[in-house]
Amino acid sequence: MKVRITIGLKKSVLDTQGKAIEASLVKNLGYPQISNVRQGKFVEFEIAENDEKIIKQIVDDVSDKLLVNKIIEDYSYEILK
Amino acid sequence: MKSAVITFPGSNCDRDAVVALQKFNSKVQKIWHQETKLDDDLDLIVVPGGFSYGDYLRSGAMASISPVMQEVKRLAGKGVRVLGICNGFQILTESGLLPGVLMRNAKMKFICRQVHLRVENIDSDFTNKYKRRQVIKIPIAHMDGNYFAESDVIKRLEDQSLIAMRYVDADGNLTDNSNPNGSILNIAGVFNDTKNVLGMMPHPERAIDPDTGSKDGIGLFQSLLW
Repeated sequence: MKVRITIGLKKSVLDTQGKAIEASLVKNLGYPQISNVRQGKFVEFEIAENDEKIIKQIVDDVSDKLLVNKIIEDYSYEILK
Repeated sequence: MKSAVITFPGSNCDRDAVVALQKFNSKVQKIWHQETKLDDDLDLIVVPGGFSYGDYLRSGAMASISPVMQEVKRLAGKGVRVLGICNGFQILTESGLLPGVLMRNAKMKFICRQVHLRVENIDSDFTNKYKRRQVIKIPIAHMDGNYFAESDVIKRLEDQSLIAMRYVDADGNLTDNSNPNGSILNIAGVFNDTKNVLGMMPHPERAIDPDTGSKDGIGLFQSLLW
C-alpha cells in the first residue's frame, strides 16, 4: 500500500509563505478570484501492511514522533491503492 | 569542568562552541550524533548551531530523534546543564526538552546581525554573572527563530520566570522594531522548568572576542564555568 500524509500549518497560525504566494497569484498573475492560500508539504511512502487500522496507527505514530509538530501543524492522510 | 559539544550532520557552530569553552578552561569532548553513551559526570552539554540534516522537514526535527539525543534527555533529566544555541534551541524544542517551537521568521528572511537582548532572569547557572535586566549585544543568524508557544505555556513561562532573554532596543525597551523575527513577547531564549536547560537563538559563542563585534557572550560562559 502507498500512503500520503499532507501536513500544513494550523488555521490559527499565520502562514507567511501562503500569504506571499497569494500576493503573487492575485497581484502579479492577476487572479483576483483567489484567496486564503495555504501551503504545506506531503510525505509519501510505501508500507508493507494491508490492514487499514494498523496503517492508521503507524501514520499517527510517525506523525506524532517526527513528521508533524502539533503545536503549529496538523495533518491528514490518504491511502493510495 | 567537563563539557561535551554534539555534532550533527550539518552542524557548523560546533567548533566555535569548543573554542569558547576551552577559552574558559573547560575540558571539551566532541561527540558525534550517533553516539549512544555520554559520560554521566558531564557538567555541560552544548547542542550547537548550524543546519542539522539541512533543516529538512522542520529545523531540528530529525536531529531531535538521533541516538545521542536520547542520552542528552537522560542526562538533562538528572540535572546536567544543556545549552542549545540557534539550531540547538530548535533541536531542544523539537525533542521536548524545552517548550514551544521556532517557526519561520515573520518576514521570511534569513537574518544575520547583532541584536540587543535583555537578560530577564539572572537566577540560573547560565546567567548569574550578568546584572539584573542587563542589556547585552549578541549576534543572531537564523531563518527559523520565530518563537511560539500556546498561551497556557507562555503564561507558565512568565509566571515561573522561565524567559531567559528577550529582544530589546539598545536602551533595553521591548519594542516591535527590536524584535527581529516575530517571536511572541520578543522571546530570544527560554529555560526548562528546572532551569538546567537553556535554549537561545543568539550566538554567545560568537561574542567572546571584541574583534568579532562583541564580548557580551562571555558572561554566559563565566556563569557556566564558575
